[in-house]
Amino acid sequence: MVRDFLASSWSDEDRAANPPLEGVAALGGVSRTDRRATELRVQAIERGYLYRHVPRRYGGAEEPPDVLRSAIVLEEFRRAAAPGELVGQGPSMLVPTLLEHGTEEQKQRFVRGTILGHVRWCQGYSEPGAGSDLASLTTRAVRDGDHWVVNGHKIWTSNAHDADWMFCLVRTEPDRPKHGGISYLLIDMRSVGVTVRPLRQMTGDADFDEVFFDEVRVPVENLVGGRGQGWAVSRSTLRHERALIGGSFLNRRIFEGVLMLARALPRRGAPAIADPGIRRRFAELEARVLAAEAHGWRLLTMEARGEESGVAGMIPKLYATTTMYELTRLALDVLADRAALAPGDPDAPADGRFVTAYMWSLGMLIAGGTANVQRNVIAERGLGLPRDASAGR
Amino acid sequence: MNFGLSEDQLLFQRTLRAFLADRCPPARVRAVMDGDRGHDAELWAEMAALGIAGLALPVELGGSGLGVLDLGLAAEELGYAATPGPFLGAAMAVVALREAPSAAAEWLPRVAAGDAILTVACGEEGGVWDPGELVTRSAGNRLRGRKSFVPYAAEADAVLVAAQDETGPGLWLVARGAPGVVITPYRGVDPTRRLHAIDLDDTPATLAVSGAGAIRRSIDAGLALLAADAYGGARRCLDLTLQHVQARQQFDRPLAAFQAVRHQLANLACELEPCQSLWWYAAHALDRIPDRGERLAALAKAHLTDVFDRIVRDATELHGGLGFTWDYDLQIFFRRAIFDRSFLGDAAYHRDRAAALAGW
Repeated sequence: MVRDFLASSWSDEDRAANPPLEGVAALGGVSRTDRRATELRVQAIERGYLYRHVPRRYGGAEEPPDVLRSAIVLEEFRRAAAPGELVGQGPSMLVPTLLEHGTEEQKQRFVRGTILGHVRWCQGYSEPGAGSDLASLTTRAVRDGDHWVVNGHKIWTSNAHDADWMFCLVRTEPDRPKHGGISYLLIDMRSVGVTVRPLRQMTGDADFDEVFFDEVRVPVENLVGGRGQGWAVSRSTLRHERALIGGSFLNRRIFEGVLMLARALPRRGAPAIADPGIRRRFAELEARVLAAEAHGWRLLTMEARGEESGVAGMIPKLYATTTMYELTRLALDVLADRAALAPGDPDAPADGRFVTAYMWSLGMLIAGGTANVQRNVIAERGLGLPRDASAGR
Repeated sequence: MNFGLSEDQLLFQRTLRAFLADRCPPARVRAVMDGDRGHDAELWAEMAALGIAGLALPVELGGSGLGVLDLGLAAEELGYAATPGPFLGAAMAVVALREAPSAAAEWLPRVAAGDAILTVACGEEGGVWDPGELVTRSAGNRLRGRKSFVPYAAEADAVLVAAQDETGPGLWLVARGAPGVVITPYRGVDPTRRLHAIDLDDTPATLAVSGAGAIRRSIDAGLALLAADAYGGARRCLDLTLQHVQARQQFDRPLAAFQAVRHQLANLACELEPCQSLWWYAAHALDRIPDRGERLAALAKAHLTDVFDRIVRDATELHGGLGFTWDYDLQIFFRRAIFDRSFLGDAAYHRDRAAALAGW
């Protein structure tokens, strides 16, 4: 059914207009948000194919969860190279958070535009002095009539230069213990007093920014989840971020990409894949990719059955980032001497993007809570081991 | 999508887990390890009464008509409890014979009832597991050759021997006490799973199943069961270690208060957790997705036995000197991890097979 729909609604001409899918940016599959893409998404939502978890009154399909159907729809949209559900900070992290904690007015105002890609978001969590110890953040918001007045400095903010809005953690209750003094605020990036400065990462590109707030006035109705409730609200967003990074789709794509490279790239007269050491590492890593995929199915099944996922639900991000590191390192070994060539060099296979992916495997390890923060979570909440007595709360 | 166990499977799992916790405690495992046979007939009879022996046999032969996934659930629990005995070879024999039940009509109902034990003899000298490479020959249904690494040949009422005749590979049934059979025990690293060599010299046998397919499927099931056993064993090692680090005090704190210890355990849990889904997937594919089963079973065996090895090593390290003693139970799992790695071919062999099967 979904295949028929796509055959009649997404033409070869539409497909031809897709931008090329490359590297880490392809995490979300086809992510067009132009008029044709929006038309298709709206029709697909009407038919119940996309955004099943979002109520109709906010622009979703509002269908009961059905992980099998969702998996089929995802696969068919990929086959047809059609723009399906958007993936990213807004649709994947903010929308579920708003559905859980937002006011009726906030949901009405933001959800529809976000899932169609017309309202783009960035996440204002980390600060220069608040990384793994996020709750020590110092960006403050002071109440002034119908507004919060925000002053502070956010960093490692992905895509802030493209974002319309930021969901942001600010300190509103300086007298309360650190976790209890934080609120979750939606800030219009076009507000007076917001400055965005690009931050160039090790790959040479600038996908991150620093964001400075100088007396930025934010209407009080943009607070999500109540004063001092921001930590609880943010935990919900972080869970969705980890699920996003821990998804097995990206590693599957990288695996297939590195395999294609190894089958195509000759070394001493034979394709790299014929090298016994390389072959075995592919088989070794394919098992990890398969295990992560099957683990994802298991988690979806647990969710559909209403079971607590426990430690199983806490490991995907750490597992995925470990696997991504191994996969991209294998790519370097497949490239052999050509691993030294950067994007832009005419002799660099696949335009050097595997080297960039190797660097990105570190970015993923850090984003959304570093590997060691994940280990703390797994040990404390998954395995029930006590936290360090010396670590603050 | 429904990637989870059914109510019946969960009930079976709970029942077997409770049974083994009660009836197969470490003291009983050690008694069997110290014995000559590596087998506890009373325990085996009790497990057969729970349906273990006939899980994958057709209902009309007294079995439960289930698949490799269900056998794997049993293997996981036996792995968790380090249960000694002939389950693995018996299950592999059943998987081969259920394709031709009439050929073994006299045996299968007795197998299901726990009154007879079967095993398989697939391996040969020099790391041969591939049905196409067998040297053992059948001429006029008389066998000649040497089979290596046969589980519990000395306990088996009949051995299913992989051999070749002029038409190709097949499986022949050799009854206990047949002429020309010499069974020699190995001194194994893992006393909970005994292995024997079998010499066959003009031994009369009955052809049970022709073709390489049945041998392949029997071995593939064995690979999935070893993966499940490795998962169960690794889970036990993790459980033992979690208990230890919370009970053991040093520097006036439990070991679990040290972040280095917590992170090491978190890494182990992270590596282990997706392994359950991987062996489920491999076993499910053997049951339901025939064109993927062989490759998935190879990848799962290689991966799970690597993970088991890593976890039992780290678990031992986290126990300090205690973990290195004979009297502490981790050594039993250390031995089982070595068995799981080596039996039916090592990880490199199976990764090479997986690469070839994918056409790389």
